[in-house]
Amino acid sequence: MKQKLLQSQYNQRALKDRLTRYFVSLGGVSVIIAIMLIFFYLLSVVVPMFESADIEQQHQYAAPGNGKTLLLGMEEQGTMAVRFTDQGEAIFFDTATAEIRLQQKLPINSAISSIASNLDHIVLGLADGTALIVKYVFEVSYPDNQRTLTPTLEFPLGEQALLLDESAMPVEKIAFQITSDTVGLAGVTADKRLLFVRYSKETSFISEEVTIELDARVEQQFSTAISDIALKPDLEHLYAASADGILLDYQINQQGIELTPREISFEQPITQLKLLLGGNSLLVGLKNGEVQQWMQVRRDEGTELTFIRKFHEELISVENVETEQRRKGFAVSDQQGGITLYYSTSQRTLAHINTASTRISEMAWSARAEHLLAVDENDQLYFYHVDNEYPEVSWDVLWGKVWYEGYDEPDYIWQSSASTNEFEPKYSLVPLSFGTLKAAFYAMLFAVPVAILGAMFTAQFMAPKMRQTVKPSIEIMEALPTVILGFLAGLWLAPYVEAHLAGVFALLLLLPFAFILFAALWMLVPNKSVFEGWEAALLIPVVLLMIWLATNLSAPLEHLFFDGDMRKYMSNEWGLTYDQRNSLVVGLIMGFAVIPTIFSIAEDALFSVPQHLIRGSLALGASRWQTMLRVVIPAASPALFSAVMMGFGRAVGETMIVLMATGNTPLMDMSIFQGMRTLAANIAVEVPEAEVASTHYRILFLAALILFLFTFIFNTLAEVIRHRLRKRYSGL
Amino acid sequence: MIRQWFKSGTPWIWLNAGAVSIALVAVFGLLLLIMVRGMSHFWPANVQAFHFANAEQSTTVIAEVVEEETLPASTVPNIQQTEGDITRYLVKTGNRDILGSDFKWIYDTDLQSRELPEEVMVLERIEWGNFYGYLTAVYENGEPVANAESLWVEFAQRLQRVSEIREQLLHLEKSEIGSINYKLEQLRLKQKRLELDNELTDSALQQIEQQRQALDGEYQALLKQTAELYQQINRDSIRARVMDGSEVTIPMEKIIKAWQPNKMTVLDKLVFYFGALSDFITEDPREANTEGGIFPAIFGTVMMVLLMSVMVTPLGVIAAVYLREYARQGVLVRTIRIAVNNLAGVPSIVYGVFGLGFFVYFLGGNLDQLFYREALPSPTFGTPGLLWSSLTLALLTLPVVIVSTEEGLSRIPRALREGSLALGATQLETLWRVVLPMASPAIMTGLILAIARAAGEVAPLMLVGVVKLAPSLPLDGNMPFLHLDRKFMHLGFHIYDVGFQSPNVEAARPLVYATAFLLVVVIVVLNLSAINLRNRLREKYRALDN
Repeated sequence: MKQKLLQSQYNQRALKDRLTRYFVSLGGVSVIIAIMLIFFYLLSVVVPMFESADIEQQHQYAAPGNGKTLLLGMEEQGTMAVRFTDQGEAIFFDTATAEIRLQQKLPINSAISSIASNLDHIVLGLADGTALIVKYVFEVSYPDNQRTLTPTLEFPLGEQALLLDESAMPVEKIAFQITSDTVGLAGVTADKRLLFVRYSKETSFISEEVTIELDARVEQQFSTAISDIALKPDLEHLYAASADGILLDYQINQQGIELTPREISFEQPITQLKLLLGGNSLLVGLKNGEVQQWMQVRRDEGTELTFIRKFHEELISVENVETEQRRKGFAVSDQQGGITLYYSTSQRTLAHINTASTRISEMAWSARAEHLLAVDENDQLYFYHVDNEYPEVSWDVLWGKVWYEGYDEPDYIWQSSASTNEFEPKYSLVPLSFGTLKAAFYAMLFAVPVAILGAMFTAQFMAPKMRQTVKPSIEIMEALPTVILGFLAGLWLAPYVEAHLAGVFALLLLLPFAFILFAALWMLVPNKSVFEGWEAALLIPVVLLMIWLATNLSAPLEHLFFDGDMRKYMSNEWGLTYDQRNSLVVGLIMGFAVIPTIFSIAEDALFSVPQHLIRGSLALGASRWQTMLRVVIPAASPALFSAVMMGFGRAVGETMIVLMATGNTPLMDMSIFQGMRTLAANIAVEVPEAEVASTHYRILFLAALILFLFTFIFNTLAEVIRHRLRKRYSGL
Repeated sequence: MIRQWFKSGTPWIWLNAGAVSIALVAVFGLLLLIMVRGMSHFWPANVQAFHFANAEQSTTVIAEVVEEETLPASTVPNIQQTEGDITRYLVKTGNRDILGSDFKWIYDTDLQSRELPEEVMVLERIEWGNFYGYLTAVYENGEPVANAESLWVEFAQRLQRVSEIREQLLHLEKSEIGSINYKLEQLRLKQKRLELDNELTDSALQQIEQQRQALDGEYQALLKQTAELYQQINRDSIRARVMDGSEVTIPMEKIIKAWQPNKMTVLDKLVFYFGALSDFITEDPREANTEGGIFPAIFGTVMMVLLMSVMVTPLGVIAAVYLREYARQGVLVRTIRIAVNNLAGVPSIVYGVFGLGFFVYFLGGNLDQLFYREALPSPTFGTPGLLWSSLTLALLTLPVVIVSTEEGLSRIPRALREGSLALGATQLETLWRVVLPMASPAIMTGLILAIARAAGEVAPLMLVGVVKLAPSLPLDGNMPFLHLDRKFMHLGFHIYDVGFQSPNVEAARPLVYATAFLLVVVIVVLNLSAINLRNRLREKYRALDN
């Protein structure tokens, strides 16, 4: 009976033991996996950004309604589209079923001879030399929580066509732009005249009625055919392409256009001109299948149309270029029915599809760029689904120089958002990485000497009693919240440094000399061996005195050497601008934050150099300093190196100090008097505002991943080096 | 001789010593700076009257001196004197509503005389910062009361009454009305939930409607009560003369505290000082956090750290026990150990990004879809909050706990373990009765270090749950008492926010220093106790080893 009881008790205990073993193993492994999850999660957010885009055909059907398609338009989500036909009709239909929703005759009396679009505005060039501006609207309402679209046509300038050509010839090419107070129209007539007409527009704010008045009218006769024209949205330039490959850049002035255009010769016939979103970039489609991007770039003598980059896939003539409505991407159709998607900023070829048998003559994007509608010569419609969420990113965008719109040259720029929709996001990680390294560099410049020299003294020369208090007090600095250091840096140190600039520099330069001078004077003190090991305590008054001197002598110093104001002097004489929150402040405070990291590891290593080595060296007649230089430091050098690496790793990832002590401007400038923006601070500032799963969001995750990997690898290296060292000691 | 001296290396040793001195001066200097600036703010400084006179008129400025500095005259713009030094004072004049700003520079040269007027009083107001002036009359319902001798006593008594009423009002508005609003919101969500589940029957609807009406009734009663109190609190007002001689009327309801610093003895001032200090710790912030106390920030920090400790301790200990006691020691475990160690060096902002992406958007978003559909599209857990903050920080401090616990486990002599096993104990029993108790100081050390780190960490919290002003505490009298989904205030973030985002940084700066000092004290104490514990632990096992 008793035996049985014991047995069952034993079984129970064994069971418990086994269960615990499983539980602890499972728990331990899952905790470790959870920690590792950080890396994989960050990676999983970043990876989709680098996947290529995808385009697939969803529907194909004969164009609903009669007539030949001249132009296509689509609503935001791509469920409904509109086609304008040569019969003078606008036909709205469902993109999925091709069912006609609305068929409306346009108020025109003569045939349509040309057509052009500008987002949802359409201009019709007519055979009698007039032009009509039409806007298609899909009104969205939610009856019963069901998204319902009501298509209508609007005439923003009235149903009366505007006179373009006074001799009433058919308009064969047309372009237009509407600003808040002007309407610009350009056209090419059948007898090869280039026309430009500008109307001034006034909207009565009571009746919202628009009155229009002729402002300027210019024309120029050509001998060759003009293949396409485009108008810049700010109505400052008119571009015309002649069929023999000359691009003409007309400047628009008060009277109309200047009739002496700049000419740019292409070896190829130009087939298409299109403006990218915002109108700053001109896309030139060529016969050899190339699409080139040109921009007005500021030069000494005004602006100049300049080649930026080209997109080139196959040697099939460019038929049509259709730009996206909210980004800087575009689709190009070629003569054999192929469609290729490109993105301008990243210069990426994103996807290609070829499902049509003949050439695609017109295309339309939905505003979200998720759907593309195309029509071929036989009036077959193709409806594509496009999966293209992150076209802005490429290796070159992140790490290379990119020529952005509105800039004079390619550059590294970080600017993730702006107030306008036409903004081109600039995602170069170079200025941020540069700022990170710059901040870390200046921090190390201050921290390494103080920490390493301090560790040398504490480990080898300091009295044990003093060491007992000094070591923990420096190590406690490591625990000081960096938000407090950042606050002190921004609100106390930055104004102090600004007011005592000369003094601060004098302090940094003269402190070592002051120490040595004091040491020399100390020689005169009798009975000084009592204080051996307490030198650091003796020098504290010296440091305080020097700080006091620096504070009070700063103004006289600036008087003596810098005409009274060092900052002004620097900017006048040396061209250095001074930010109040600058690298010097960051260097000092962040240096202060990393000192304990470096100090602690270095001190441990120096202290644990085996005593017999040191005693041996001393016994052989080496001085204490010689022993330090020749025995202790070489023995501990790998650990010193790893201590510096650890400190560097900490400086790289530090967020709050940089956030609070710099202006956070992403500059690329090594100047000690300028601020910077680091990867970490950038994440802290921008992540809360970034739209989830957008390119911006994922790039910030990429920045976090970079920080993670950088510090992880750095620390691992440091750790490995330290382990090696420990092994070496155990051998001694 | 000098050459020989240099050759001996002595100066270089002194140079090394200098590096230590710099570090020490920096540490203690910064601590002292924070302490002096933070703690001097609550001292009721004397208020001086500065008299100026120039050709046209004479003026008086009543103010506290904040800063005094002597500069070479040539560096100061807009001043007649160009030679020699000039002394100037930064003075706090208060009366922001009348003067437009709180601070003013006064130059010694313009000064005719200065004195300490006995009767001058300082008012701490709900709005517009401090008021400096002379009390001239006390009014009740617009009628002047009291004679001149006991004016101050009368005022003090009435102020006492006002602050009692204010207390009642605060209780009514925050606790009682807040609780009713919370219940109403719960009812609305309940109705929506039933609707979503297609279980909203007429009887259920009726029941909800009944409850709602009951709550509405209570609400109306409370409203009436507060209206009465408001009437009472608005009864009294005072008139006061400001420095330019004009008089203003101040409703007493706007006054929080009043004192006459120049009349106070040192003892009075000490009492006042500690009163102000305790108000700072126990009261809510006012005026965009630039005045009042920091209680919600302290509370939020403590709550977050407590939750974090609850999560991090078992996880860290289990992982450490696994690595040290159960896992087969080999290359893999060594690699994991180094990796875990190095995770402690990964920047905290990376954890914040992970917390935001994984906890908030992924886990929280899915939780909302599953359990809180009725509140959508406004998120419950799919938004930064207390739970996610403490989880993120738990992850951040996990390596600290693991490393510390492992160190403790590795210090336990083998003989003890083997002794226990030899006596027939299972591995679990050895672990539970021998190993863990002996390692408990190490676990405690790890936990304390983790808490110290978590309390000072701001960058990740900015992404996963901290706000500058939380409408309610994460712990209150409404079911389920602990609201893990709420956003909270935090001392570190409070420093960042008030120091860098507030409109009136100059006026708020002393408060930031005081907050910083509080945070430093908490963290230094935690760290010192960790260090102490570790040392004691080492001593203990050294004894065991021998």
